Amino acid sequence: MNNGLKEDRLDIKSRSFRAGLKDGIPIGLGYFAVSFSFGIICVEGGLSIWQAVLISLTNLTSAGQFAGIGVIFAAGSYWEMAMMQLVINLRYSLMSFSLAQKLVQNVSWGHRFVVAFGVTDEIFGVSAAQPGKVHPFYNYGAMCMAIPGWTLGTLVGAVAGSLLPAFILSALKVALYGMFIAIIIPPSKKNRAVLISVVSAMALSCLFTWLPGLKQISSGFVIIIITVAVAGLAAVLAPAEEEVSHES
Amino acid sequence: MNHNVYIYILVMAGVTYLVRMLPLVLSRKEIRNRYIRSFLFYVPYTCLAAMTFPAILSAPDKGMAAGAAGFIVALIAAYKEKSLVTVALLACAAVFIVERFI
Repeated sequence: MNNGLKEDRLDIKSRSFRAGLKDGIPIGLGYFAVSFSFGIICVEGGLSIWQAVLISLTNLTSAGQFAGIGVIFAAGSYWEMAMMQLVINLRYSLMSFSLAQKLVQNVSWGHRFVVAFGVTDEIFGVSAAQPGKVHPFYNYGAMCMAIPGWTLGTLVGAVAGSLLPAFILSALKVALYGMFIAIIIPPSKKNRAVLISVVSAMALSCLFTWLPGLKQISSGFVIIIITVAVAGLAAVLAPAEEEVSHES
Repeated sequence: MNHNVYIYILVMAGVTYLVRMLPLVLSRKEIRNRYIRSFLFYVPYTCLAAMTFPAILSAPDKGMAAGAAGFIVALIAAYKEKSLVTVALLACAAVFIVERFI
């Protein structure tokens, strides 16, 4: 009986891990393309290959890293670097907060510390799309594809920026967005409030991108504003009940 | 003032990790508040939507047509509930075709 329980637990771990690996494939591919160009820019700006790779390995974020090397190249203060990272990456706090609710119950501190390192837009996206609760091993599986993709892409870009032809890179750049769309569309079909939230968020995002005045705001901050405003309004107007109260 | 690249990297990585780690470690109790739970339910969709559009239009190198093609193809594939991998690859294929052949 006890043995059976143990096997169940092992089974959940390996099934979650393999599901994470599978969903991590497009993430790793997309990261490879994006970090490839990051590697090129780092070396062009005067960083060593090792420093470029170290940044990707320890940060695992696109917008924050691109902004960060901007501060390094401009010889900005450490304080400016810290503030910039805080603003651009604050959206991860929202995701981590949401993920804390989504994880299976009684997940230990150790697991939370490790899962936290892998909270990226994409990994959060796929784990949020899982039905019911998420096991940390699902995130580990996705991280096992995403971290090597991100780090190796940076390495290859830094070493030989001209390896891949431009038209291949160009096409690969939409892989991540394609994946986001695959995450947000199916629930939008079933839930009108989600659909309206998605369309509103996209419309606001257009305003912030194209309207003079608004487009000066940093993209990381724009995401925070839109997310808080639209999700906040949706929560007031259409409190989600059945979707969030998963059987525990 | 001379700055050390490794201290920059330490600050970047440190702040980024704290931002991710603190909410996950500190909010251990299940949140019962209906409003907060609803808010968190909507966060991923609004966040991903805001990041995707219109950024996808300018992601490919040349013009907006390729990005628009990728967006539309991804919408259709996602509407038909294809897997994440399939939708991502179809979007790439659409961009590739528009950039190379149109």
